[in-house]
Amino acid sequence: MRPQGSRELLLQGNEAVVEGALAVGCTFYAGYPITPSTEIAEGLAARLPAVGGTFLQMEDEIGSLAACLGASLAGAKAMTATSGPGFSLMQELIGYGCVAEIPAVIVNVMRGGPSTGLPTSPSQGDVMQTRWGTHGDHPIIVLTASSVREAFDMTVRAFNLSEKYRNPVILLLDEVVGHMREKVRLPARGAVGRVDRIRPSMPPEWYAPYEETNTGVPPMAAFGDGYRYHVTGLVHDRMGFPTQQKTEIVQGVNRLFRKIERGFREICLTEEASTDDAEAVVVAYGSVARSAREAVEELRVQGRRAGLLRLQTLWPFPRAAFERILGRGTVRSFLVCEMNRGQVYREVLRVVRGRSEVHKLTRNDGELITPAEIAKALREWL
Amino acid sequence: MERSNRQIIQKYLRHNKKFPHIWCPGCGNGVVLGCLLRAIDRIGWIKDDVVLVSGIGCSSRAPVYVDFNTLHTVHGRALAFATGVKLARPHLHVVTLMGDGDSVGIGGNHFVHACRRNIDMTAVIINNQIYGMTGGQVSPATPQGALSTTTVYGNLDQPFDISRLAEAAGATFVARSTTYHVKELEKVLGQAFRHVGFSVVEVVAGCPTTYGRRNKLGGPVEMMRWQKEKAVSVKKAREMAPEELAGRIVTGVLVDRDAPEYTREYEKIREAARAAQPEPTVEEDKVDRTGAEP
Ligand SMILES: Cc1ncc(C[n+]2csc(CCOP(=O)(O)OP(=O)(O)O)c2C)c(N)n1
Ligand code: SF4
Repeated sequence: MRPQGSRELLLQGNEAVVEGALAVGCTFYAGYPITPSTEIAEGLAARLPAVGGTFLQMEDEIGSLAACLGASLAGAKAMTATSGPGFSLMQELIGYGCVAEIPAVIVNVMRGGPSTGLPTSPSQGDVMQTRWGTHGDHPIIVLTASSVREAFDMTVRAFNLSEKYRNPVILLLDEVVGHMREKVRLPARGAVGRVDRIRPSMPPEWYAPYEETNTGVPPMAAFGDGYRYHVTGLVHDRMGFPTQQKTEIVQGVNRLFRKIERGFREICLTEEASTDDAEAVVVAYGSVARSAREAVEELRVQGRRAGLLRLQTLWPFPRAAFERILGRGTVRSFLVCEMNRGQVYREVLRVVRGRSEVHKLTRNDGELITPAEIAKALREWL
Repeated sequence: MERSNRQIIQKYLRHNKKFPHIWCPGCGNGVVLGCLLRAIDRIGWIKDDVVLVSGIGCSSRAPVYVDFNTLHTVHGRALAFATGVKLARPHLHVVTLMGDGDSVGIGGNHFVHACRRNIDMTAVIINNQIYGMTGGQVSPATPQGALSTTTVYGNLDQPFDISRLAEAAGATFVARSTTYHVKELEKVLGQAFRHVGFSVVEVVAGCPTTYGRRNKLGGPVEMMRWQKEKAVSVKKAREMAPEELAGRIVTGVLVDRDAPEYTREYEKIREAARAAQPEPTVEEDKVDRTGAEP
């Protein structure tokens, strides 16, 4: 075995995703090439077989996610990665993963859209699609990252949350984070926390794969473990069998939401900088948060009360962080900066409910938002 | 020892599932399911090791009734799910069951790619030449000229010959039978399950409710009689001229050849990769992480 110390490496965000996946015990990847996500597939194509895992290039992104869900049902920790056009193809199966409660990680390294769009300029245009892209009411977890190291950490977290909550988790990166190189120190292998899905311990006759539990998450058997059960995308009862009974429908669907709601505190992550006494708070995520940080620091040097709220989790929307900041009573305005026409902006309007001003600074021309642009906008609201 | 039908029912049908099933009287789906269970029983597969995967359609409802690991997926993607299951746990016996629309309509791309990969699993296709579940629309296997709710003036499209498609795409075992020829069907299913590599069994079946009624083919009995009259064995077919074969159903084993099997070849790749870049395997890498945060 190789020495297990921490390692210092010069890595791209996409390569950090590969490292994170291997560190957390990913054993299965199926995908279809698309820029700017392809380095993830290429990295795992080289590395997974050596750890006893499986890499498959499928015929399209629908087949890719289908293979991941199948592998996960057979007990593997599975992942796929794509970008806008491929992510659109995956939507039906994301809903399947949610209702059949199958852990899987889906990385979407965003590029400009809609359609073939702006290959492959940076964009953050898929925020709402990650939330509502598949049809029907469903819970989803969406994480994001602003640095190469965070791409590693969030990949690990995406797997762990997906195992813990038996739900697909989407890691939404932008092209800048995916392709940028930074020096990172990665933790030693054994130092990376791993969460495995809870397997059933009861005798097979007692197993109900979709039963109500304290946490809302039922134990999950792998195919071949001796628990022969049924998996379907039809709304089902606690045994997994299709149902049309109103009480069973409501119970089953509501449990899907309840299990995620119970976990809000560990799922909804944000980071604040200089928000304690801030009068204007920038809200940003992904690579834009880097520009925002610089802008806020510059204004602080000039004695202006600016702050930063960086979203690490996009869905469920981290409402609690806004309540916390609003509760301090100093903030007069939020400035949402993002590379789309204002997707998170709408969400901020929704949670702020008129208690402060909400402004936006957006770009959708394939260019980054610079610190100078953000600083200039901030000055207007300070 | 051969089990009686009653014993097969007791052993393989789920007791905790609310019957009756959803199929119409006279539907071919039940015949196929019966043959499939008898073939599995004859081979002696352990139920815990069998995974039955399906897509969406009347035929794809079969898995919920049987006591295996059962996976009812979405329309057209059963083979892609099955690919994941099999690669993750190669010792499992993976069988997919699909309709003609499911397998070569919406799922056509997955079908041809599954054929070319030669993964050791079986695709059973119930070809009733129509979209049954949605009420009788044209399918990629509907004959030219036939009526359906979306080919009100007759079907213009040339139908797929599913077995020939499978052969051309590289399937290493292909057989065709009908719901009339239950003994032959059971036999070829058994051969397909035993075959090492990707096997396809196309079953010509009747949907009296939509296809039969609209095309005035009579009831279930008449549709079975049609299968009986149109069927010709592979052996006989070899001696027949193409014009004589038009409109006939060639039954029996059409392809049976050996080729390297995917999961076994993949294991060799793992060994080579491990030798080239020694990383701890997932098993070796298991350290105590109790209390780890997500
Ligand atoms: C993506 C998608 N498109 C359409 C449908 C609607 N639909 C359900 S079953 C079916 C056709 C089934 O026909 P076939 O596969 O031949 O199976 P059969 O019902 O005849 O057994 C269709 C179109 C669906 N469920 N999903
Ligand atoms: S509609 Fe046709 S295929 Fe569907 S159950 Fe009835 S007879 Fe069978």
